Amino acid sequence: MLKQLLPSALLTLVLTLLLGLGYPLAMTGAAQALFPHQAHGSLIEKNGHVIGSGLIGQNFTRPIYFHPRPSATTAPDPADPSKSVPAPYNAANSGASNAAPTSKSYIEGTKALVAQAKAENPGARVPLPVDLVTASGSGLDPDISPEAAEYQVPRVAKARGVPDDDVRALVAANTEGRTFGLLGEPHVNVLKLNLALDARWPASR
Amino acid sequence: MNAAGILQIVLFCAVLTAGAIPLGAYMARVYSGQRFWASAILGPVERVLYRLCRIDPAQEQHWTAYAFACLMFSVAGLLVLYAVMRVQAVLPLNPAGEAAVAPDLAWNTAVSFATNTNWQNYGGENTLSYLTQMLGMTVHNFTSAATGMAVLVALVRAFVRRQGRTLGNFYVDAVRSILYILLPLSVAFTLLLVWQGVPQNFDAYTQAVTLEGARQVIAQGPVASQEAIKMLGTNGGGFFNANSAHPFENPTALTDLLEMVAILLISAGLVFSFGRMVGDRRQGRALFVAMGLMLVVGIGIAYWQEAAGNPLIQAMGVDVAASDHAPGGNMEGKEVRFGIANSAAWAAATTAASNGSVNSMHDSFMPIGGLVPMFNIMLSEVIFGGVGSGLHGMIVFVIVTVFIAGLMVGRTPEYLGKKMEAKEVKLAVLCILLFPLAILGFGAAAMVLPAGLAGMAVKGPHGLSEVLYAYTSATGNNGSAFAGLSGNTLWYNVTLGAAMLIGRFLVIIPTLAIAGSLVAKKIVPPSAGTFPTHGPLFVGLLIAVIVVIGGLTFFPVLALGPIVEHYLLAAGTLF
Repeated sequence: MLKQLLPSALLTLVLTLLLGLGYPLAMTGAAQALFPHQAHGSLIEKNGHVIGSGLIGQNFTRPIYFHPRPSATTAPDPADPSKSVPAPYNAANSGASNAAPTSKSYIEGTKALVAQAKAENPGARVPLPVDLVTASGSGLDPDISPEAAEYQVPRVAKARGVPDDDVRALVAANTEGRTFGLLGEPHVNVLKLNLALDARWPASR
Repeated sequence: MNAAGILQIVLFCAVLTAGAIPLGAYMARVYSGQRFWASAILGPVERVLYRLCRIDPAQEQHWTAYAFACLMFSVAGLLVLYAVMRVQAVLPLNPAGEAAVAPDLAWNTAVSFATNTNWQNYGGENTLSYLTQMLGMTVHNFTSAATGMAVLVALVRAFVRRQGRTLGNFYVDAVRSILYILLPLSVAFTLLLVWQGVPQNFDAYTQAVTLEGARQVIAQGPVASQEAIKMLGTNGGGFFNANSAHPFENPTALTDLLEMVAILLISAGLVFSFGRMVGDRRQGRALFVAMGLMLVVGIGIAYWQEAAGNPLIQAMGVDVAASDHAPGGNMEGKEVRFGIANSAAWAAATTAASNGSVNSMHDSFMPIGGLVPMFNIMLSEVIFGGVGSGLHGMIVFVIVTVFIAGLMVGRTPEYLGKKMEAKEVKLAVLCILLFPLAILGFGAAAMVLPAGLAGMAVKGPHGLSEVLYAYTSATGNNGSAFAGLSGNTLWYNVTLGAAMLIGRFLVIIPTLAIAGSLVAKKIVPPSAGTFPTHGPLFVGLLIAVIVVIGGLTFFPVLALGPIVEHYLLAAGTLF
């Protein structure tokens, strides 16, 4: 009996060292040597400060910026840590609404989001696309659809006092198509688009 | 549904098949034990491992010794993982200062990883330290996968050996699975993932100040090395709470395709290995076709439902049409870069295999869209299934199928020349019955006990679906969830843990018992009365047996859950 237990225990120990330390450490070394930017989270710096990651969405509410999708992430309530409060784009606690398609609170909440989007974008020239009123799976979706960007173009242009078509051109320049023309969906990275806006019209900040 | 979406699904199936065939040939050589080019490189490492662990690779094991070794190896790993989680607060590599994991959550998580389930009651970035992710999660992703592969190899040997007594050596099969298959694939896949943007570091969580001046804390870690084996080993437990929907786990459309292929690659490859190992590649191909057909039908239904979108949201004047400018459909819980087709395909693939990772949230799928992943798991995880465990589960269904075919023509059923007699059929039926017993038994208990009812996020049929999905996922060792359910409670941690153990080990033991019984039989040459098990008739019969058994046992409860929800949604009834 004991003789049969020994190999199990020893193998567990040896594999824990090999696969739990050796493998991730070796991979970390190789990854940081080959792809240092990606290995550290594709961080974006501006004036020497980290302003976010090119892969992680962040919240925007001001009219001069394009807005991301709704986010269902939460954070512990400062008043009572056993409860949680909404904290959109909390990149230390990813998550989704997990709302059921027949949930009353979900349908009513979406109705409110639709009303808000329509009120904020009175000049929109396309119908409101669904991705702009639904929360993503991660709560950190960095992208919106090209249609969701177009929906916001008149508002952003007006808030910045610049022609619609100039903003539209900037959106087009920041739209990524399907990989190899085939994979995934066309999308616009909101943070990169807003950085491009600020670079093009710095005075409007 | 549009052409771009369908094209991506076709491409996924093509890449998967093209990868599985050569990998299957390679794995067959690995398990043959013969020397070949890879053993020239890895052989010395392998021998050092055996010496360190006091393993005699030449020692063959009877099925009972093989099962005992498999159990002890799993228990040892489970205990280590439990201990690491309980003491992580005082161990190094914990930059976020994660506290010790609570006992019931640690039990649930340890069982979950030891059984290759990887159910996420834990939150990832807000629960586990980097060291726990490495020593615990990453190691188990390898070992639990290797355990499933070893059990499969033992079962295959039972068909190949004539009047034998032993099934091989568990430790050798497990070590070879890791060293020759899982580890090299993981190393290559890790680097591909990092290139595409998956982090691999030990940095503290990044403190960023956003463009609008808000503070954003960005969780980091050695993500890629775990992500690679998480996908390849049909594990599915996320480094982050949001799993493969998180941009750090799955940053681009390319990683999405590769990860989706990785979910099924080894399981599909093993089907081809099986054909080679039994000396009749047509047998492997027939099983591949049966599994592939069921997978494609599931993807199709899920895609169709999700692309249609939620009629109540469409009625608010929201554009749900797919185009080259918008993904359309039901985007709740889905990421823009993947859109509908990739989310639906992933949902079907991850539940066909017992992977359980998600790139979109199944709880927010349309009722029939969410029925697809649930039904896939209810079919006992045999549509490719977990690495090893999927195919040994499928062979159990094959035994039942040839038995039923034998009843119809009045002959003793046989498969690959081995006669299937009362003992094997009884054990096979035992494996199959455990599924509904655990799922419906625990589910019914949760439906009448306050502790169970308290977990539902929403009343009505969807609440039933959430509970049903949880026990289905646990018993099937899948790990995906209708995550609205509050599963991190004493009741769910304990009962889901029990369901995972039942679904894993109470299936492995009878499976190895079948192997022990079969290996002792002689191989009878096929005669005019032998039912051929490589043609379309057999494929059709096998699919019918799987669907009828799954359908009949679960149809009543599915009617009360997703099916009635579908009609209530159409009528505008909300909860």
